[in-house]
Amino acid sequence: MEWANQLCENRQFGSKMTDSKYFTTTKKGEIFELKAELNSDKKEKKKEAVKKVIASMTVGKDVSALFPDVVNCMQTDNLELKKLVYLYLMNYAKSQPDMAIMAVNTFVKDCEDANPLIRALAVRTMGCIRVDKITEYLCEPLRKCLKDEDPYVRKTAAVCVAKLHDINAQLVEDQGFLDTLKDLISDSNPMVVANAVAALSEIAESHPNSNLLDLNPQSINKLLTALNECTEWGQIFILDCLANYTPRDDRESQSICERVTPRLSHANSAVVLSAVKVLMKFMEMLPKDLDYYSTLLKKLAPPLVTLLSAEPELQYVALRNINLIVQKRPEILKHEMKVFFVKYNDPIYVKLEKLDIMIRLASQANIAQVLAELKEYATEVDVDFVRKAVRAIGRCAIKVEQSAERCVSTLLDLIQTKVNYVVQEAIVVIKDIFRKYPNKYESVIATLCENLDSLDEPEARAAMIWIVGEYAERIDNADELLESFLEGFHDESTQVQLQLLTAIVKLFLKKPTETQELVQQVLSLATQDSDNPDLRDRGYIYWRLLSTDPVAAKEVVLAEKPLISEETDLIEPTLLEELICHIGTLASVYHKPPSAFVEGSRGVMHKRLPARTGSGESTESPDVGAAGGSAPEAAPSIIPSQGDLLGDLLNLDMAPPTTSGPPPPSTGMQMGGMDLLGGGLDSLMGDESEPLGGDIGGSPAMGAGFGAAPAVMPASLNAPVGGGLGDLFDLGGVGMPMGAYIPPKIVWLPAMKAKGLEISGTFARRAGVIQMELILTNKAMSVMTDFAIQFNRNSFGLAPAGPLQVLTPLGPNQTIEVSLPLSTVGPVMKMDPLNNLQVAVKNNIDVFYFSCQYPISMLFVEDGKMERQVFLATWKDIPNDNESQFQIKDCHLNSDAASSKLQGSNIFTIAKRTVEGQDMLYMSIKLSNGIWVLAELRVQAGNPNYTISLKCRAPEVSQCVFQCYEAVLKN
Amino acid sequence: MQFPAKMIHSLFLVNSSGDIFLEKHWKSVVSRSVCDYFFEAQERASEPENVPPVIPTPHHYLISVLRHRIYFVAVIQSEVPPLFVIEFLHRVVDTFQDYFGVCTEAAIKDNVVVVYELLEEMLDNGFPLATESNILKELIKPPTILRTVVNTITGSTNVGEQLPTGQLSVVPWRRTGVKYTNNEAYFDVVEEIDAIIDKSGSTITAEIQGVIDACVKLTGMPDLTLSFMNPRLLDDVSFHPCVRFKRWEAERILSFIPPDGNFRLLSYHVSCQNLVAIPVYVKHNITFREGSSQGRFELTLGPKQTMGKGLEAVLISSQLPRGVLNTNLNPSQGTYNFDPVTKLLSWDVGKINPQKLPSLKGSMSLQAGASKPDENPTINIQFKIQQSALSGLKVNRLDMYGEKYKPFKGIKYMTKAGKFQVRT
Repeated sequence: MEWANQLCENRQFGSKMTDSKYFTTTKKGEIFELKAELNSDKKEKKKEAVKKVIASMTVGKDVSALFPDVVNCMQTDNLELKKLVYLYLMNYAKSQPDMAIMAVNTFVKDCEDANPLIRALAVRTMGCIRVDKITEYLCEPLRKCLKDEDPYVRKTAAVCVAKLHDINAQLVEDQGFLDTLKDLISDSNPMVVANAVAALSEIAESHPNSNLLDLNPQSINKLLTALNECTEWGQIFILDCLANYTPRDDRESQSICERVTPRLSHANSAVVLSAVKVLMKFMEMLPKDLDYYSTLLKKLAPPLVTLLSAEPELQYVALRNINLIVQKRPEILKHEMKVFFVKYNDPIYVKLEKLDIMIRLASQANIAQVLAELKEYATEVDVDFVRKAVRAIGRCAIKVEQSAERCVSTLLDLIQTKVNYVVQEAIVVIKDIFRKYPNKYESVIATLCENLDSLDEPEARAAMIWIVGEYAERIDNADELLESFLEGFHDESTQVQLQLLTAIVKLFLKKPTETQELVQQVLSLATQDSDNPDLRDRGYIYWRLLSTDPVAAKEVVLAEKPLISEETDLIEPTLLEELICHIGTLASVYHKPPSAFVEGSRGVMHKRLPARTGSGESTESPDVGAAGGSAPEAAPSIIPSQGDLLGDLLNLDMAPPTTSGPPPPSTGMQMGGMDLLGGGLDSLMGDESEPLGGDIGGSPAMGAGFGAAPAVMPASLNAPVGGGLGDLFDLGGVGMPMGAYIPPKIVWLPAMKAKGLEISGTFARRAGVIQMELILTNKAMSVMTDFAIQFNRNSFGLAPAGPLQVLTPLGPNQTIEVSLPLSTVGPVMKMDPLNNLQVAVKNNIDVFYFSCQYPISMLFVEDGKMERQVFLATWKDIPNDNESQFQIKDCHLNSDAASSKLQGSNIFTIAKRTVEGQDMLYMSIKLSNGIWVLAELRVQAGNPNYTISLKCRAPEVSQCVFQCYEAVLKN
Repeated sequence: MQFPAKMIHSLFLVNSSGDIFLEKHWKSVVSRSVCDYFFEAQERASEPENVPPVIPTPHHYLISVLRHRIYFVAVIQSEVPPLFVIEFLHRVVDTFQDYFGVCTEAAIKDNVVVVYELLEEMLDNGFPLATESNILKELIKPPTILRTVVNTITGSTNVGEQLPTGQLSVVPWRRTGVKYTNNEAYFDVVEEIDAIIDKSGSTITAEIQGVIDACVKLTGMPDLTLSFMNPRLLDDVSFHPCVRFKRWEAERILSFIPPDGNFRLLSYHVSCQNLVAIPVYVKHNITFREGSSQGRFELTLGPKQTMGKGLEAVLISSQLPRGVLNTNLNPSQGTYNFDPVTKLLSWDVGKINPQKLPSLKGSMSLQAGASKPDENPTINIQFKIQQSALSGLKVNRLDMYGEKYKPFKGIKYMTKAGKFQVRT
């Protein structure tokens, strides 16, 4: 350790009396020296040596070699030395299981010691040693300790049951420890009760359906009694347990609330928040006209406010929870707005949360104060925070209608500051304000236009373009403005390109006479010169619309849009209810359903995914009206049966008005685009391919309705479509000769286990290349991106030969097929079964693991045909012990057919003999790692059972090879 | 292979330069590499205190607190209440401080074996075991220079041989058999005022965080009651577990058997709805002119509503805009300092004499040709007022029952600035 060396230098003359001296020996002979000291006769020297060992351990040095010597020090009456040895044992017993057995006797003896401290220490340490052999010896001492006369021992033993359950659940059940644990809930000592509850809760986590914590009015009463007397930590366990109970009626509910309320005054914030959870849940059952109900509401505010004066980390968790509470019951904190005002030296994570809650609490009564604060924040130093503050002003305008005007003028003031990022944020939120209050604040457009040049962020540019398009009829130079954007069309981000396309089409529909040229220009840029399928499609859709029926186009594109509302950033009610039941947990911090946090132990996977931020909720975009209502009617003439996708497509390109997360990845649409194109093409391309181009270009309506369309268009239209087709064929990676056996695809990773990502697949060998063929399906609500794959070391060194080619994000309910070429030069480790492969797949959400088995036939190489002579010699050379025989039943092929079928999978027949009506086929196989397998297949005419003998120098592969024979011959 | 772990799995201590200098695992060993996610977040954070307290990683969650410039990073594996973990971590820090006087990297390394023993005693299988300082001190004696010397000579130990008596009694926070020759009980009422004052001098928010810290050294099992002249001020309180809540609800009297030694009896909150007096005012004039490379800076402080008590230990600090190159200021009293790198201005004022108000005046030089700074600096004020609790809270009387001797009693009041900010 570097710092240990430093210490060595710094402290040589310093405090000799402190433990840091233990770090000073970093010489090579250290272990030997320690060994000698540990075996010293002098007690003091021994203890010092053990301390040195522990010190080395704490900084991550490996001192496991000293195991026997340290264990020898265990039998001592010196409690400190014993504790130190125990500390060491817990750390290293796992790596030295055989040695750990040596300690068992001392443990068992210590469990009988007269001193309860030693009894408890022994049973506690034994439970921490995760070695199977030790657990066998643990049962008897544990049983005694659970019934010990001393409550200190009992409460330690209760925790030990949970530890043992973790190591060997079956053992705990067989030994009846669970029942003993349940009995401890009625123990006379509250500390024992609390620990029993804690242990049972932990065990229940891995048995979701068991009835371990049987909550009934009697047991609840016991818990409530223990609640008053146990330690703060015990109170948390008990409160969390109470929260799972459902009272029979409102009277029981009220009486529990009454007994829980005093916990709101506890100094430990975790106790307070757990109490808040119980109260928030049980309050649901109380009638609202009850006096007690309003008393309770009043009692909830002060403790929540107090949490905000704690350390910043506590504040953060408290704020995340308060965010839920104000959404559920805004009345609790409606008068406490000021405590959420931001102090300039709050950590940024606290500032952002406070801001969010301020908006949730904003109302007509306090909006003036809130706006003054927000304006103040907009002059702060931290850029992120300033941006959020500006957005918050927009959210206030949308939430509190009466304040909209004031908000707009505040935003205009901010625009006057000319601070670049402030101006850009302001324009983005003003766009949202227009969407909420159309035709009200257009007077500000002139001011906005003045700042056109300073906009360099795509979101702000897109917002500005949207405003220009939407109000084109009132902006005299709208065409000039839009034209200026068009110059650098290809350098713009997709978001801006799409918006520009739509805005110009709007402009054209509003002022058709003077903007024909412009609209042609943008349509041709979008359809011909862009390789973004999404943009291309939207271009075609507009083109088609304009060319067939300009009146319909007007109805579609300029349709009245639904107003946006505050709802967009509220948590969905069902999720909110669920989260309220989990106040104080990680779920409440992340605002995600709790099932997302319990790895594997609870089987229930909620399909609903994060509602708070990001792409899942992008429902309100300026175009939604256009798409929602009439677009599907217009669509079929171009793309049959894809009406919904059209909606999605138009829907996705602008972030929801005030989402606090990143805007949905704009490339997310590309998948949609692909599908759209593919689906449309399937039906269009069926027997004739030209009509697609001809249909669009040659349509008579085009000439009429859209007279200015240039004559060159029809011809050039084919080009981009053709390109799209090519893409489509590339995707599948099919079309190779289908000789080798390929097992059907099976599900390797169910969506339930992978946060919505389902993976199924198979393996194939095509033209000498091993392929892993995968189907990825996104069953979650949010877009998945950034896929990558990795294998664990495996028997044949299989490894991906390239990255996983999922270039486009995978949208909800979309599926993609990928084939991944594999190499056999990766690191090797023998697996059991031999053909087992452990795979890790990563995406933007998480990393997921699964294992699958590949048919070993994949590894049979093409040059596996052995010379006859060599075959004979090798067959003789391999000892008979290595020969294994198998039966293949119910196979109705004759020997020739079998032979040719096997050849397809690189199993080569070298010779054939017929003896007494029995065909004997001699075959050879070569594996990718150079192992040869020789086989003799006996086929008796009329007998569907084959006999196969395999000989190989590595006989462990025989079983797998046999399985391949069976699979190949039967498929 | 993964084990579902209900509680804290591991603890890493990380110093400000990003080195792990101690690790402790309560279950199986979690590789240090899990901290890489923490280091990433640390790198992204503009200031050390901006590292988010909860960080998800593929298989674990990292929950951290920053105290004494050390990050205490707990590793948990599944759903665990984050507050539980954060509270526990703070308790660990408090314990270290209690044992070693300071909680620094050096102190922790110097006492690494005690640290290890403490951590093992505080958490079993991830469940908190003994976190009360009274009980811990019976199990593991705090190191003192004298004891270390004695131990080295005699070979005696730090570890208590007896079961801590308090742990099982009905009053788990107090050990039995306490004996003192001088029986004394001191209570400190300390209030911190947090406030935001706007440009024009009007109060945006003001609130008081108060605590009553006690140092009780009484023989036997004393039962104390503490009553207030004006208990109605206390509508938002958090009590030490020793306080009998029912009695408070009914009579507004604090009745308790105290822990032995130092403890926080109660903390309370007086919020903005009640009238909070603002003890200090600031007159300021900080201006920049467009096109000029000079800015004006003027600050005058004065007392306000201090109930006749003087303002002491006044310290002003302000983060000036990035565009400020240097300052040329003249304090009427005290010393001032401007750090041109961090742009932090601090002025140690000392006492305020109401007859001669302290002021700091002069000019700021800006980068030539740069535009006028966008941000308005905020002024942070620290001060102390002795012998007064700003809320007006007053203890009426302290009585002791259950023991026969007469204890010596004392009560002290003090007000301090917490986050007291004036916007300009």
